Amino acid sequence: MKLIENVSRRGFLQGALAGGVFVLSARFVPEPLWAAEDEAAAPLEPSLWMSIASDGTVTVVAHRSEMGCGSRTALPLVVADELDADWSKVRIEQAIGDSKYGDQDTDGSHSVRSNFDLMRQVGATGRVMLITAAAAQWGVSPKDCTTEIHFVVHRASGRKLGYGEVAAAAAKLPVPKKEEVPLKERSQWRYIGKESNALFDLSDIVTGKAIFGMDATMPGMVYASVEHPPVLGQKIKSYDDKAALQVPGVQKTLTIETFKPPHQFQPLGGVAVIADNTYAAFKGRKSLKIEWDSSPHSVYNSGPYRKTLEATSRQPGKVARNVGDVDAAFAKGGKIIEAEYYAPHLAHVSMEPPVAVAEYRDGKVLAWAPTQNPQAVQETIAGVLGIKKEDVICHVTLLGGGFGRKSKPDQVAEAAVLSKQLGKPVKVVWSREDDIHCDFFHSVAAMYMKAAVGPDGKPTAWLQRSVFPPINSTFDASATYGDDEMGLGWNNLPFDIPNHRAENGPADYHVRIGWLRSVANIYHAFAIHSFADELAKAANKDSVQYLLDLIGPPRIVNLDLKGDEAEDAKNYPLDTARLRRVVEIAAEKSGWGKKPMGKGHGMGIAAHRSFLTYVATVVEVEVDSKGQVHIPNVWTAVDAGTVVSPDNIRNQFEGAAVFGTSLALFGEITATNGTIDQSNFNNYQIARMSRAPRHVEVHIVESEAPPAGVGEPGVPPFAPALCNAVFAATGKRVRELPLSKTKLG
Amino acid sequence: MIRFKVNGKEKTFDGDPDMPLLWYLRDVAELTGTKFGCGMALCGACTVHQNGLAIRSCSTPIKEVSGAEITTIEGIAPMHPVQRAWMEIRVPQCGYCQTGQIMQAIALLKENRNPSDQDIDTAMAGNLCRCGTYQRIRAAIHQAAKETA
Repeated sequence: MKLIENVSRRGFLQGALAGGVFVLSARFVPEPLWAAEDEAAAPLEPSLWMSIASDGTVTVVAHRSEMGCGSRTALPLVVADELDADWSKVRIEQAIGDSKYGDQDTDGSHSVRSNFDLMRQVGATGRVMLITAAAAQWGVSPKDCTTEIHFVVHRASGRKLGYGEVAAAAAKLPVPKKEEVPLKERSQWRYIGKESNALFDLSDIVTGKAIFGMDATMPGMVYASVEHPPVLGQKIKSYDDKAALQVPGVQKTLTIETFKPPHQFQPLGGVAVIADNTYAAFKGRKSLKIEWDSSPHSVYNSGPYRKTLEATSRQPGKVARNVGDVDAAFAKGGKIIEAEYYAPHLAHVSMEPPVAVAEYRDGKVLAWAPTQNPQAVQETIAGVLGIKKEDVICHVTLLGGGFGRKSKPDQVAEAAVLSKQLGKPVKVVWSREDDIHCDFFHSVAAMYMKAAVGPDGKPTAWLQRSVFPPINSTFDASATYGDDEMGLGWNNLPFDIPNHRAENGPADYHVRIGWLRSVANIYHAFAIHSFADELAKAANKDSVQYLLDLIGPPRIVNLDLKGDEAEDAKNYPLDTARLRRVVEIAAEKSGWGKKPMGKGHGMGIAAHRSFLTYVATVVEVEVDSKGQVHIPNVWTAVDAGTVVSPDNIRNQFEGAAVFGTSLALFGEITATNGTIDQSNFNNYQIARMSRAPRHVEVHIVESEAPPAGVGEPGVPPFAPALCNAVFAATGKRVRELPLSKTKLG
Repeated sequence: MIRFKVNGKEKTFDGDPDMPLLWYLRDVAELTGTKFGCGMALCGACTVHQNGLAIRSCSTPIKEVSGAEITTIEGIAPMHPVQRAWMEIRVPQCGYCQTGQIMQAIALLKENRNPSDQDIDTAMAGNLCRCGTYQRIRAAIHQAAKETA
């Protein structure tokens, strides 16, 4: 429930929208109060969304973070469209972290999905009020007026008033009821769904003016670099900073206390070198001598750990979804096919490593950070310093990539903790090595798959079991089951199989586990769609036709979900017609089955719905005589419902193919005695231009369904489609990632 | 005392001569368009020009640029045809690596006015983009080449 209000004359208008004379806000009424629809029960302070200044400048607040997915542009575009505003007169102000904006955690590919209706309502309400104000000035009926891009127009006389000219009068009007605010017809949209939309920050980016977290400064700040415990949870036993203090530019060293479990987003602890500049801080750190105490996590070795995961995956687990009776079907005998898949930890390596600047003063903190979740910054700093979260002001810069890493603000808390000790602003800069050693890693996972297939080659029963240390271990040290990950590609198999069970087995964590672009969908999709292709080949069927047969006839799949997932399923039912369509489009565009494929040359397909978006991807590979995989072409078909910026969506899916290439060809994080073995782009490689897909073609399905996710859903189908293509090209089945583990030459 | 030029302006530096040019540019000269990505010349986010040639400023000690002419993204008069192509093709996603990509592309086009795909792959191999905008980068370089031909 969101109530739109006219707050133009309230005293608290400061900061971002202070220049506006006409200001609209919304209040997020907490869910338990929805039924009451009671304005008095809403939070006292509304969040500001849109203002119009007397010069006509429209300012729209972006409350979601911009990390490259485009939501900072997309949501204001929606406001501008319904307001009938001239985009060239629109400014965007980035919101600070504040619960009055509702959820600000820019993750889960839901910025547009969760805010589309509100943004339309804000814009449309403003438009109605501007019309009403102009009509009153002319002494005509508002019904006889309309708008034409930043002007109110009286139809009969052709008189016009600019939005800036009527803003002050509109500010005096009551907010019309929702039913008095018409939304545009889709055919009237000026910006939503248009090719002309470009990122708001585009010219600042190409000229180097854009301010990322790495570029934020505060007057009088010092620089800090932190030597973290090599193993999670270690504390400092002793340290010697004599040599470090000799480095020119180094001012002093300070310690940061190691967190108390669960680690959540708290600082890892360690020794900070404070210096005049980043280089001196980095250099000083190299001369620190630190002795660390022990940690229960120093037992972590990736080889033996994998064996444990795999052994667990062969045992019955917790049931995440059950259809029919797989055990009875397996007991009937017939052809049984089993396969095991493995995918390692991954690191985010956003191009901008974690960084933040913060100042503690008089019990309050001011921070600038590239964060996906400024409210988590408030909560984390408040928790660590024992202050109120309202006393933490977090400004959000542009993010130099996020991919889920920057939902976790441990480095911002480090800056605040150090600033409190020093009494001046501190900028904490993580090196690439810090970033890779101390990530919140994408989880390592083992999957066990078993199917019974009938005479037609179609499965009569399908059992799938995944085992991985869950993300919830970051919040609850005793968590071993991945309940939250089940909705990420595991409890929603869209296949037409009479007997199906999805299970999850337990696993202990030894490093911090977190969300990475598309999260558990990565390993879940890898197992499901590799296995589907194995069944197709076992049945001697064409992979595309077999996949369509698996999906079955057009229908709404009953997923029997609970909580948020059930809510999603109401508005976004799993519709196999839409899934079939993307498969058909991707296959057709790729020329599936029509191109001659010589030795070492092949195509593979996978189709996966995640973040409520339907995606099918065909990958073409050429495997050379040395076994090196080249990717000349990728075709992706996307049904993301209503889209705001189609070109941005193509960019997201082109990028997802590269992200998928990185994880499929190279991505692997391992640990030895609890310490991460990789450190920089030399031993944790991501795809360079020469290894990336040469040509990625993205086809967007025209749809009037509600908007769904676009930042993440391109990733999951990529690795299985690639590995299926490798099988087509070489006859070698890839059951573990990265692909470099499988000898192809 | 180390003397050099940055974007046409005379500069002197008497701090740690081992300081990489990157940190001089960012922390001392406050030219933050040049980015830190890896510190080991592996990612190209820190690319600037030394006497017109692309270098990785994160691994170039400031003592090595004594007497040199350094150009950063701030020293490129907008809109350079490469920047214009970047805008028209709408290359950036997060944008963090793009100033380094653009500096590398400008240096490439100075040497090779009509690069092939292969030439572009080779010249741009040292510039990583985690968002995965390579296809658009390649297209933008071809477009800028056409425009400047």
